[in-house]
Amino acid sequence: MFALLKREVLLSIRAGGGTLTGVLFFLAVVSVFPFAVGPDTKLLSHLAPAILWIGALLASLLGLDKLFAQEREDGSLDLLVMQSHPLSITIFIKAFAHWLMTGLPLVLATPLFGIMLNLSPLGIGATMITLLAGTPAISFIGAVGAAVSVKLPRGGMLISILVLPLVIPILIFGVAAITGALEDPAPFTAPFLFVCAITLFTSVLGPLAASIMLRHSAD
Amino acid sequence: MKLIVENLSIHRATQEIVSDISFELSSGEALIVTGENGSGKSTTLRGIAGLMPLNTGSIKLLDEKGKQFEGEIREYCHYLGHQNGMKPSLTVRENLDFWQKFCGDPDLTIEEALDEVDLAHTIDLPFSYLSAGMKRRVSIARLLVSDRPVWIVDEPTAGLDAQSVRMFTGLCHAFCEGGGILIAATHLPLGIETEKTLEIGG
Amino acid sequence: MSTETIKPSIWAFANPTRFNAFANKAIPVFAVVTFILLTIGLWMSFNAPEDYQQGYTVLIMFIHVPAAWLSMMTYSVMCVSAIGTIVWRHPLADVSLRSAAPLGAMFTVLALATGSLWGKPMWGTWWEWDARMTSVLVLLIIYLGLIALAKAFDEPSEAALPLAVMTLTGAPLLPIIKWSVDWWNTLHQPASVSRFDRPAMAPEFLYPLLVMALAYMAIFFTLHMMSMRNEILARRIRTMKMQAARERKSGGGS
Repeated sequence: MFALLKREVLLSIRAGGGTLTGVLFFLAVVSVFPFAVGPDTKLLSHLAPAILWIGALLASLLGLDKLFAQEREDGSLDLLVMQSHPLSITIFIKAFAHWLMTGLPLVLATPLFGIMLNLSPLGIGATMITLLAGTPAISFIGAVGAAVSVKLPRGGMLISILVLPLVIPILIFGVAAITGALEDPAPFTAPFLFVCAITLFTSVLGPLAASIMLRHSAD
Repeated sequence: MKLIVENLSIHRATQEIVSDISFELSSGEALIVTGENGSGKSTTLRGIAGLMPLNTGSIKLLDEKGKQFEGEIREYCHYLGHQNGMKPSLTVRENLDFWQKFCGDPDLTIEEALDEVDLAHTIDLPFSYLSAGMKRRVSIARLLVSDRPVWIVDEPTAGLDAQSVRMFTGLCHAFCEGGGILIAATHLPLGIETEKTLEIGG
Repeated sequence: MSTETIKPSIWAFANPTRFNAFANKAIPVFAVVTFILLTIGLWMSFNAPEDYQQGYTVLIMFIHVPAAWLSMMTYSVMCVSAIGTIVWRHPLADVSLRSAAPLGAMFTVLALATGSLWGKPMWGTWWEWDARMTSVLVLLIIYLGLIALAKAFDEPSEAALPLAVMTLTGAPLLPIIKWSVDWWNTLHQPASVSRFDRPAMAPEFLYPLLVMALAYMAIFFTLHMMSMRNEILARRIRTMKMQAARERKSGGGS
């Protein structure tokens, strides 16, 4: 299984700088907001958690369409499915590798974008922690979307449509936790634990659902 | 070891692709599946490899004492389909190394396997640099790096030149002599003494 | 190579082999010039008087302003290369474009980072979404996008035309950056930035700035040439590897 993780990481480094593209997309989304909202520093710092979360959410969706479709195209999927390892573990590793190369760089890039949006250091810390806890869930839910649309020639758009509604809860609790950290009466721990719970929950359920889907999508 | 396939039929959507296929193979035997284009050769092979749900029928893999192997049949099979299952951006070594570790049961080392297919010099080149025939040979080398008692190969010699085809038949011979079971969809006779043929849709 | 004599013209360097021969000789010279200019420039910068308004922070300007200029000059070089690719399909133009992009991104990052360091004491904020900074940020995104595009292709020569077209598509941004401070005098009225653009600047600031700008240009040309040489060699290695994969066939046998 470590071999699979290593392969996925190697692939995303080699194949056209997937990590760079993700962070770049994040940067592009974040810097579009001030154009639309206006350069009011106060307003931006108020909106910053939401902007960063939406940016990370959209950037995390990148590359999900390739998760299984590319494996299917080159025939690797058949071989991945045939082995004696539980298929859901294989999918878990693939989704985890996707997060490692897409979600984690976003978390690491957050301080920079936080400064640009005039977010306070505490806000940046809170955003990083909630993103760290929350973005894996996007990859795990995304794996289901990728498995469902594996046979479709242009499933990329469809995956986003399928996955976005499902990740809204993470967005709600993630932003709520940051607000909790920044403003006094609102709690931080409760929404943050919800984010963690969703990630843990989806890390089991997502790969399981995707594995059922992949088993029966053979043709 | 014995592979017993009984009354196999496979549907795709509502259409019946193949029906009522039965055969029995024991250690060292090879089955050549022939038939016209679209007769369902690939589907049959994928069905045996556990990649297509079976409509009816059963597949059993028994050991010498007649006891069924544990787990699914697919876990004992190597499958070589139309695609090679290799990543163009990884080197030949990285590709084979991954499949060896992922499939488990290592047999030949990567160097030895590549030597068998006469590609030892490409080991550190990206897979995408190779020509179509060489890519095919690398994916044949994949069959050698992990030990599996059953090989299921679909048009294995597509894109290979005469010399490479001879090399592949040689490998099949060695595999069957070592007690393996081979199922191949191909139009070229492999020249194995214990060869059976199965004509589909004829 | 044939021994015929070719009239020395700009096209003589347009052959990758000749370019590399030229680069091998020119790079050390450029490197020495860079070192000298940079030493003089930095010495002059640190001996410049303190600004009565900005104090010591004015020193950042000597790093910042040339970086900002170079970020735009690099893009101009890339645009010229892009035209070379589109009109003449010349491989060296593509090599030049591709090698310049990371350098441009580097200068842009330097300009943004030093601007941010300067902005904190002067404006009280690391980042401000004013016209100049935002347009330079967009330039950075374009640079990074082009780098990502160049890397997305397996075969480098296939990326040549897409890169050239994208580069020229982004070209209108340059005048926007240049005159952004005049066109949108939005929030932070950037007088302190634009003041340096006018020649009406005290000579004790102007001369170090000009020397630093020359030093930066020398840095760019040195690195650009080195990077082009690397790119040419890398492509040659790639071709040789692909040949190596095919060659053994006849002599092989296990």
